[in-house]
Amino acid sequence: MKTKALALQYWPTVVLFVSLLAIWQLTVTYSGIRAYLLPSPMSVIEAFWEPDVPWAQHIWTTTWEIIGAFFLAAAVGVLLGVAIAWSPLIANALVPFLVFLNTLPKVAVAPLFLVWMGYGIFPNMLMGALIGFFPVVINTAVGLSQVEADMLDLGRVFNAPKWKIFMKIRIPNALPYILSSLKITATAAVVGAIVGEFVASQSGLGYVITTTQSSMNTSLAFAALIWISAVGLVLYGLVVLVARLWAPWAEGLD
Amino acid sequence: MTEQLIDLSGVGMIYEAASGPVEALAGISLKVGTGEFVSLVGPSGCGKSTLLRIVAGLRPATSGTVTVAGRQVARPIADIGMVFQQPILLKWRSILQNVLLPAELAGKDPSALKNRAHQLLDMAGLNGFAAKLPRELSGGMQQRAALCRALLLDPPLLLMDEPFGALDAMTRDDMAIELLRIWGETSAARKTILFVTHSIPEAVFLSDRVVVMSARPGRIAADFKVDLPRPRTIECRASEAFGRLSLDIFKELSHRASATTVAA
Ligand SMILES: Nc1ncnc2c1ncn2[C@@H]1O[C@H](COP(=O)(O)OP(=O)(O)OP(=O)(O)O)[C@@H](O)[C@H]1O
Ligand SMILES: [Mg+2]
Repeated sequence: MKTKALALQYWPTVVLFVSLLAIWQLTVTYSGIRAYLLPSPMSVIEAFWEPDVPWAQHIWTTTWEIIGAFFLAAAVGVLLGVAIAWSPLIANALVPFLVFLNTLPKVAVAPLFLVWMGYGIFPNMLMGALIGFFPVVINTAVGLSQVEADMLDLGRVFNAPKWKIFMKIRIPNALPYILSSLKITATAAVVGAIVGEFVASQSGLGYVITTTQSSMNTSLAFAALIWISAVGLVLYGLVVLVARLWAPWAEGLD
Repeated sequence: MTEQLIDLSGVGMIYEAASGPVEALAGISLKVGTGEFVSLVGPSGCGKSTLLRIVAGLRPATSGTVTVAGRQVARPIADIGMVFQQPILLKWRSILQNVLLPAELAGKDPSALKNRAHQLLDMAGLNGFAAKLPRELSGGMQQRAALCRALLLDPPLLLMDEPFGALDAMTRDDMAIELLRIWGETSAARKTILFVTHSIPEAVFLSDRVVVMSARPGRIAADFKVDLPRPRTIECRASEAFGRLSLDIFKELSHRASATTVAA
């Protein structure tokens, strides 16, 4: 029943995808276009099994960077959001600073990270977190403060202390907002990790792409790209799944 | 019955709205005795909800004094059950968890009150819905759940803002009878209830007194004593005294409503 519905919904996507692949393969085969400009789909598939490239290691590195960036952004974002919603004093101190930080083109900071921290997984995690944390701060603060006045009155009727109202009313109210911002963070973490690897790395899928610039092995770059989007999609899917399980009452909010 | 539980004297309320100050209440003086059932009726926007919030201590009055149980009200008072005009159920909690919320907020053990919560839900005809989320219930069912929540801790004072507003006529009458039982109509230890409604028959049926408010700024226009015998039954609604009193209140109310139309 359900698979049938899925098949009905997605068959146009599949048909289009397969046709595009076919057109691509035929174009490359019959137009004589150079392989370093546009590799054929078949050669990209071959690149996946390229024995000279330690794929597992590169995927591992990039995945770690993305996961680290995601959780770092989530943790720091939620903490800052809570602090901002908790006290107007903290909000006044932090918000202008955070807004300034957010207006910085974060990609431009990556070379500085190299200077400060050298090569490694951590600076690239930090890059991803830097790009991805801001929406979490905003959504957390908004979700914590945009509680119906009546709901807060409900808490006050029972003389509940501030922290209890925070735990039982404000935080659950903010949960859908936070989860929705984490979808953005999942995407940002991927961008950050790859940007970090472009600037400084000795391993990772972004590193694979930079090496193909000199080797002209474009099919390798394509293969790396596909891996990157696969990792990104899995992370995004997991966030959506967790959001659905964790905040089932908020369906249709985003 | 002689002891006054609620004592309002010269209470006024001015909201500072963005469009300028709104005078919601002016010179309200009202006493409600311990164990009394008092209903408030009045045109929409006359300040009934405002008055309940002031008594609950959720909003300070801008003038006058508010005393509940001998103490001046400055902040929310404990030991009240409040039914708001909207159900305000927490949408992430099941109905049962919503009913148990007062226990958690007041620092009591909610598991000890589970049986009571289930009893209340039974009483409100919601026994099959304990595990459901609020959005799975109709508006009237949500309101009944909110009523259960207000009753959980068995408060001696109930402030109820149109608690039956979203119910159909049949359920409404059933809930009115239930409310009289909960109030303690046939017992010596009665709760005190301040009850807002738009239904004059409902007010007369339930109350010891029906207080009529005038249009904004809300003032007390009339205070009717309901001398119908208790315990009240559905039959008493057919009595001549019931009809006459309802009509008197209706006249007073429509007079108040039209007076403002002329003034405006
Ligand atoms: N928070 C607020 N800020 C500004 N004005 C308010 C606020 N709350 C209520 N008012 C105004 O005060 C007046 C009384 O409102 P209130 O809700 O107490 O009326 P009500 O008698 O309960 O009406 P209804 O029967 O429609 O529920 C209204 O004119 C309303 O516009
Ligand atoms: Mg009202």
